[in-house]
Parts: sequence; structure tokens; C-alpha cells
Amino acid sequence: MTALPPFQSLLDDHATEVMGVLRGAVGRADAEDCFQETFLAALRAYPKLDDSGNLRGWLLTIAQRKAIDHHRANGKRPIPVEEVAEVAIEDPGPADDGVWELVGALPPKQRAAVALRYACDLPHAEIAAALGCSPEAARRSLHEGMKRLREELA
Amino acid sequence: MKGSLQRLAERADAEGLLDVAYANVDSPFGALLIAATPRGLVKVSLPAYDPEEALEELATRVSPRVLEAPARLDDARRELDLYFEGRLTEFDLPLDWQLTDGFQKKVQRAINRIPYGKTRTYTEMARSAGNERAVRAAGTACGTNPIPIVVPCHRVLRTGGALGGYGGGLPMKKALLELEGSGR
Repeated sequence: MTALPPFQSLLDDHATEVMGVLRGAVGRADAEDCFQETFLAALRAYPKLDDSGNLRGWLLTIAQRKAIDHHRANGKRPIPVEEVAEVAIEDPGPADDGVWELVGALPPKQRAAVALRYACDLPHAEIAAALGCSPEAARRSLHEGMKRLREELA
Repeated sequence: MKGSLQRLAERADAEGLLDVAYANVDSPFGALLIAATPRGLVKVSLPAYDPEEALEELATRVSPRVLEAPARLDDARRELDLYFEGRLTEFDLPLDWQLTDGFQKKVQRAINRIPYGKTRTYTEMARSAGNERAVRAAGTACGTNPIPIVVPCHRVLRTGGALGGYGGGLPMKKALLELEGSGR
């Protein structure tokens, strides 16, 4: 086991990316709260972390959970998505060329669907659960959001 | 982003998660890194040393919950500024001695009692710590002092008045002694 680096280095290296992902996932207005919750949770757990090998993935996983918690709290009904927290995050790549800014500008449902799919790597059923809608509606939001992004990036 | 990080440090402090707060401080000798635990000042890293290494040492030996949080070090920063201006002769800061122990700690606590403007020899320090013959160990204790300047190891000289050593470099030791009016 390699020694844990000073927590400040996690902020220096990953805070901007975590904030970007959260802005995409929950919108600019709520991203700050989720950001604070993410890093406070990380700070709480940090000394007992066994593996310092993938700190970025660890932080993004916590951010994913906080984004889901946020959607749950705003949703109409409680949602059983306990198991997703352990899903490893697919690397969205640090260079996003401002894509997350565009994602943040999408209408809320589309924004959340795109972020949960591509930043948090959730399958459609779990996106639906997190958003409190049917899988069909989640798929439609994702489709609409992606269509709009493609148009803006074209 | 800066505001978010400042808020995070404040919330971490309020929740008791800020085990080690640090700040960079300007000094006439270059940038110092200073760090405090909730118990007190735990580390002063002189400009001659790599601040990254100091932070890694704190993460390994104190706690990995190390955050840049200058607000927690306001008192220490103010006292250091006044000291460098020659307007403060005695630091009044709580100290955390956890980065030292044993005979070295005894020597360092004795060093902490040397008054401003005075000097002592390594032999006197060894004697103060309870072992007059451990002069070499007293020298080592000066060299490993985790809180230099505040714990004034620059006031310890060789018998006969030669400067001896200093982690921050001999020019800095000489300048500190001159600042305190005991230069040679």
C-alpha cells in the first residue's frame, strides 16, 4: 500500500473536474452543495482508505452518489438504487473540451440523464430510478439531450 | 472555485475533519510553510526545504487530512510577521510536539526556553536535557527541530561562539541572530 498523499493534493488535482461533473449532473445552482458534500464525505473516509491507486475514480464515485442522493431528495418517491454505488466509473477523460458546460445548459431532465449516463455510467433503468421516471422517459430524455449536444457541437 | 475550497476548509474545521491546516507565509528568507493541528503549531518548514516533502511528512506522520487553511494559522502568521519586523520577542502560540520525542524532544523544549537575544551552546543544551555528554545528540536535536524560528534553535552555537549548523542555511542563522541583536 502506498502512503496516502495530503488531502489537499486531491483538491488540487481533481476539484475542478468533480465540480464540472456535478454541474452537469445536478445543474450549476446545486453543484456547490453536492461539491461540499462530496469532499466532506471523502475527507471523513480518507484516513481509512485502503488503496490510494485510483483517487480520481474514488472521488468521482462519491460525487456520483451525491448526485444520485440529490436527485432522490428532489424526486417524487424513494428509489431503490443501493447497488449502484459500487459500480466503477468509466473514465470520461479529463479533456472534455467544455462539453460539460453545454451539458449544464440542457433542460434539467436531459441534463441529469446525460450526466448520470456518461459521467456516472448508470444504465437506463437506474437513471430512471434516480430521476423518478419510467425507463422509457429516461431513454427519451437522454436521447433528446444527446441530440441537442450533437447539434451544438456540430 | 476558490470560494468553494475556502468553504470546504471552514466546514471541515467545523466538523473536526481538519487534522492538519497549513499556510504559506512570506518571510525575508523566502516562503515558509507552517502547519497546525487542533493542539497547536506542529511544523515550520524553512525555505531551504521542499514544501511538498513537508506536506507528505505531515500526511504520513500526523494525518492525511491535510488542507490548506490559512485562516486557522492567522495567529502564527501575525506573530511571525511581527517577529521578522523586530517587533515581537516572544512567541505566544500553542505548540504540538508530536513530530518529535525522547531526548530530542527534551532538548527542543529546553531550546524553547532560551530567551530572545541570548545564545546557548550545544553542550549547555545537552546538560539542560539531562545528559551533558550527549553533545552530538543535542546537535541532532537542533537539526531535527520540527518548529524552527518559533522554537529558536538558531540561538544554539558551538562552544567558543562558532555558528555550528542550521537547517535553513548559515546565512539565515546569522541573520536571525543579527535581528535579535546577538549577531556575531
